[in-house]
Amino acid sequence: MPGPGQSMHTVATEDSVIILEGVSKYFVTGKRKIAALQNVDMFVRRGIITGLIGPDGAGKTTLMRMSTGLLAPDAGKITILGIDATSDSLLMEASIGYMPQRFGLYEDLTVMENMKLYADLHEVPEELRPPRFEELLHMTGLGPFISRLAGRLSGGMKQKLGLACTLVRPPQLLLLDEPTVGVDPVSRRELWSIVYRLVREEGMSVLLSTAYLDEAERCNDVILFHEGRLLGQGPPESFSEPMQGHTYSVSVPGMKNRVLQGDLLRCPDVTDAVVQGDRVRLVMEGTVPPEPAALLPSAKNMSLTPVRPRFEDAFISILRRSRPVSLKTADEGIVTAAHTGTSDDHIIEVKNVQRKFGDFYAVKRITFSVKKGEVFGLLGANGAGKSTTFRMLCGLLPPSAGNLSVAGVDLRKAPAAARAHIGYMSQKFSLYGNLSVRENLRFFGSTYGLSGRTLRENIQWALERFDLGDHEEITSAELPLGHKQRLAMACALMHNPDILFLDEPTSGVDPIARREFWHRINTLAERGVTVMVTTHFMEEAEYCDSLAVMSAGEILALGTPAEIKAKAVSADLPEPTMEDAFISLISDNAPAQKTS
Amino acid sequence: MWRRILALTIKEFLALLKDKRSRMVVVVPPLVQLLVFGYAATYDLKNVPYAVYNEDTGKASRDLLAGFRGSPNFSEVALLSSEGQIEPVIDKKEALLVIHIDSRFSRDLLLGRSARVQIIVDGRNSNTAMLAQNYASTIINNFNTAWNARHGRAGPPAYVTTRAWFNPNLESRWFIVPGIVGLLTLVVTMMVTALSVAREREQGTFDQLLVTPLRPLEMIIGKSLPGFLIGMSEATVIILAAVLWFKVPFLGNVATLYTGVFLFLLSAIGIGLMISSIAITQQQGLLGAFLFLVPAIILSGFTTPIANMPPLIQELTLLNPMRYFMVILRGVFLEGMSFHLLIGQFWPLAAIAVTTLTAAGWLFRHRLY
Amino acid sequence: MTPENVKKTARTSGGLPGGGGKMRLRGLLRKEFLQILRDPSSIAIAFLMPVLLLLLFGYGVSLNAKHVPLGIVVDNPNADTSSFIGSFRQSSYFSPVVMPGMRQAVTAMESGDIEGILHLREDFSRQLRGPEGAPIQVIVDGTDANNARQISGYVQDAWSKWLGLRSIARGSAMNNIPVQTEQRIWFNSELRSRDFLVPGLIAVIMTLIGALLTAMVMAREWERGTMEALLATPVEKREILLGKIIPYFTLGLGGMTLSVTMSFFLFRVPLIGSLFVLFVAASLFLFASLGMGLLISIISKNQFVAGQVAIIVTFLPAFILSGFIFDIRSMPLPIRFVTHLIAASYFVAILQTVFLAGDIWQVILPNALALVIMSAIFLGISTRKFRKRLE
Repeated sequence: MPGPGQSMHTVATEDSVIILEGVSKYFVTGKRKIAALQNVDMFVRRGIITGLIGPDGAGKTTLMRMSTGLLAPDAGKITILGIDATSDSLLMEASIGYMPQRFGLYEDLTVMENMKLYADLHEVPEELRPPRFEELLHMTGLGPFISRLAGRLSGGMKQKLGLACTLVRPPQLLLLDEPTVGVDPVSRRELWSIVYRLVREEGMSVLLSTAYLDEAERCNDVILFHEGRLLGQGPPESFSEPMQGHTYSVSVPGMKNRVLQGDLLRCPDVTDAVVQGDRVRLVMEGTVPPEPAALLPSAKNMSLTPVRPRFEDAFISILRRSRPVSLKTADEGIVTAAHTGTSDDHIIEVKNVQRKFGDFYAVKRITFSVKKGEVFGLLGANGAGKSTTFRMLCGLLPPSAGNLSVAGVDLRKAPAAARAHIGYMSQKFSLYGNLSVRENLRFFGSTYGLSGRTLRENIQWALERFDLGDHEEITSAELPLGHKQRLAMACALMHNPDILFLDEPTSGVDPIARREFWHRINTLAERGVTVMVTTHFMEEAEYCDSLAVMSAGEILALGTPAEIKAKAVSADLPEPTMEDAFISLISDNAPAQKTS
Repeated sequence: MWRRILALTIKEFLALLKDKRSRMVVVVPPLVQLLVFGYAATYDLKNVPYAVYNEDTGKASRDLLAGFRGSPNFSEVALLSSEGQIEPVIDKKEALLVIHIDSRFSRDLLLGRSARVQIIVDGRNSNTAMLAQNYASTIINNFNTAWNARHGRAGPPAYVTTRAWFNPNLESRWFIVPGIVGLLTLVVTMMVTALSVAREREQGTFDQLLVTPLRPLEMIIGKSLPGFLIGMSEATVIILAAVLWFKVPFLGNVATLYTGVFLFLLSAIGIGLMISSIAITQQQGLLGAFLFLVPAIILSGFTTPIANMPPLIQELTLLNPMRYFMVILRGVFLEGMSFHLLIGQFWPLAAIAVTTLTAAGWLFRHRLY
Repeated sequence: MTPENVKKTARTSGGLPGGGGKMRLRGLLRKEFLQILRDPSSIAIAFLMPVLLLLLFGYGVSLNAKHVPLGIVVDNPNADTSSFIGSFRQSSYFSPVVMPGMRQAVTAMESGDIEGILHLREDFSRQLRGPEGAPIQVIVDGTDANNARQISGYVQDAWSKWLGLRSIARGSAMNNIPVQTEQRIWFNSELRSRDFLVPGLIAVIMTLIGALLTAMVMAREWERGTMEALLATPVEKREILLGKIIPYFTLGLGGMTLSVTMSFFLFRVPLIGSLFVLFVAASLFLFASLGMGLLISIISKNQFVAGQVAIIVTFLPAFILSGFIFDIRSMPLPIRFVTHLIAASYFVAILQTVFLAGDIWQVILPNALALVIMSAIFLGISTRKFRKRLE
């Protein structure tokens, strides 16, 4: 195997399956011309997995599409497998396999029919099909489901079918655009093992883009993109090695990790701080070991141990150089002291709630409660029933059975005024796309009855606090995703709610924006706002006070993050991560899953 | 309450009109359609193309044909010389009508016998055929009266004098153009409202609206106002165009007309919002609007009289707000109908509006998906 | 099989032009038909909509006034007036309502209860026998001019029938009418409006099926992301377009067959010309409207906009400007020019001729040629505009 040891400066060779030379691409949105890629020189080597990493809007999808001939570059040249991707795209397309972000499965066709269609499109001769299909079905585990409609498959199975369709005629080069987004950890691991196998057994070259930074470490070679520019290329270790001596694991007895993290982030010379397990991971700018007392004078008995760097540390520190942190300090403005601290009152109660759609149970008899001032997380893959639960809590959907109450009332039956106490941010970006930032804020403020000076002040507060001041006249559809998400949160907070519902707020948002986001949630929680949040990022569960792990409409486990991880402790895994815990929970429940 | 409604209305307007393309969809097609349809939708025949096969050589036949030549309704396209030429000239649609005068025509007339003239009409469009036939009858009747007078003969013992009230020259444009007010107002209102909720559901913003303290009544008013104001201005423009451009007489009372416009808009908005809140996606909303629009237009009496429909379908049209609005429009424009004569049209519109708006308001929150 | 084997065969079969294209097209066609079968909405648009529309409009749309409520005011009832009124009572065109006086009749007319008034004056009998003749005063509600004309035509008919009967009864050969008209109406002797409206309606329905359905399904591929996956395969754009045209063409012809069958058996519209010509014309028209649908969707790439545009440019123009109901010959010249841009107008002309008059080539050929040109233009622009690119 061509080793990852080679440096970042290797030049394109015979062995390169993708070569980009001086490639630029521009898009026009509204009246603005945006550079998706700027003068990129890059290559992808044969026979390995190359990861394309970069925050949202870095140009990953544009690069993928240009490599398949779906977009033509505005400048420069793209050569795929020795063929010019722009002029000979038909010839080139016969030798590649491409799986777009939303893979185009025909949902009203069965698994087998989808595979046959792609076999036809790729002109796989009839006699070669049975063995190939069998191989793919075995590999993806879709064998038992060949006559099921693709629309009825789970998210993970859909992705695997998409992959199988891309592979009906083994391509020399496989391009996968964010294949693991929104897929549960079990399916994610399976997808990766398939990709490894393809490279190993069929000698395929793979270019894969991903938003999960831990996946970068599974690639042989990593290409780092930011704002349309290439920041670096090399094996993952070549990124993390230079971070040696910058990374530590910190904990302060008797101090909440969330608070500790927040405090650390505000210290000078700190590049990054994230909650990781029961400790806080700290990345310093310099290599000089920090003095605990100098770092946080208030923290007593701080334990600080150096740890091995990982790819994410390098990624954040590279990005931080180009984008300064925008974490505003303590005072979060209008969300004030009506509510202080955690209490034992249960502000949200869910008892035996279930929800049927036809004969399909989206939520099966779930029971949990949320204390006032808590950050409560619902963790699970797409389709686990998290959003349905949320919609029932917000009064958007009546439960088929069971009881639920929010602040003592069922929002579906309560008078309209009761809704003034909650803030809701729904899954997709759901603000009025052709209204400007300010118009959106004004509208949502007014619907909550704000007016005159209060309205003006709150709009001003939101623009400042969420760093939207420079964009207030831009229509919200044109905002980058991270900004959209900030605006959505600002709209949900305009009226100073007691309870905040956030449905998948960090989906598709880059790691830096996610850090900023969680920082805001922490601050709100410190001020006594109850926050309920859903996520499919396992590591984000660590930020929650307690959480419910959901799968296929059921709650698999309920408790603090530590309690949930404790369930997965075994001889092999003395210190399981949340993802390990999730996978072990799923496999424990596997017999129950099969029947559903 | 009014502040929230105002905020919602402003938002709806911004969402609708900020985008240049959707602004165009609301403004341009109705105006183009008004002009094109105002001229195109007519039953009046001008210049009926006709051919003559005259076997008679006398003066009487020439006098009769002079009546056709002198009429503004007819224009001669061919003089035929044999019976065999009649068929192709009609088949090819060169002539709509052939006048065949046989060789004994003048002789019969001078002998005091009834002379015969054969009129052959292309019946492919039965309405056109009937009109042409009526025009021809009128000319022949005039000839008869003149002949009797000139030769001192007694006319028939009784004769018909016809007067048309409200539209003495029987211009069908007077009938169609007020109908277009209803047609285009309905189309625009449906386009605006039928998608307003469906679009928000699809984009997820509707959930966001439902969790705010907006009450159903406030949402209905906020969602209705833009469609109402746009429909109102659109209707006003078309009414003005009908009077000033198409010169359709306006005999009635403006207030009576606008009572009708008001109630019609409310019922159209109610139906639009109801379709919109049943639909999950914009496509469904559009399809729903379309499936309502097509029968609503065709079965409204806009082009063909409701009275000509079979009883079952006539009863079905009672659910159609367009039906009532057509009566109001034409009544007020051409007949100067008074308010109390139209009460029978107003209350069904009001009933449709109340029912559909209530249903829409209920569906906002109770439509499950 | 070893991976090397698979790879080798894949290389040899991949990218070869010619024979392979058939396999790709076959795959696309099978997919499209399976989707049609499983998606009830396209079946509904193709089959249910024609049935519903034909039923509703075939029965609902008629220009033939029947049982017109006619107010009758007789100032001095006697044997003469009742003989005259009798001829109205027998006619199926009228349902006469006897009114006590003009005042009541006028009120009834103003409130729309009656559509015309027939007034026989005090001295009807005396004048009937005098040299001047007796006037029969008819007042029609002119609001609906077309209807008013029909009513006055019916009155004329009733009047001349009564005159004829009267002269026969009195044994006189001459009824004082110098020129008698002999009407011959070709192709539709009873002037049944349904016979000309139903064929036109087929054109309106086919416009909807063709343009709306294609516009929607093409846009659906873009929206669901299936187009991106499709474009990244070695499929050629010609194949993608054919893969859409062939299934919906078939579906459209199915709708056409259904419509023709219903017209013939349910509405008893005579079919004088040949089925063959009818279906050739329908095929040409389908190409034109499928082409229009494709073009709309290629330009808009969004189901919503595609649907909106399809409705604006298809239904109302096909309804008003195609000659389906309003005769194109009655329109002013500039508007007549506009009707030439509407494919449905050519199809309506062919349909009305083939159904009612027969295979008259002088009408069929020029209109068919126009359809060919329109299809070529729409399909040509679609092919040019459709790129195997996402931009």
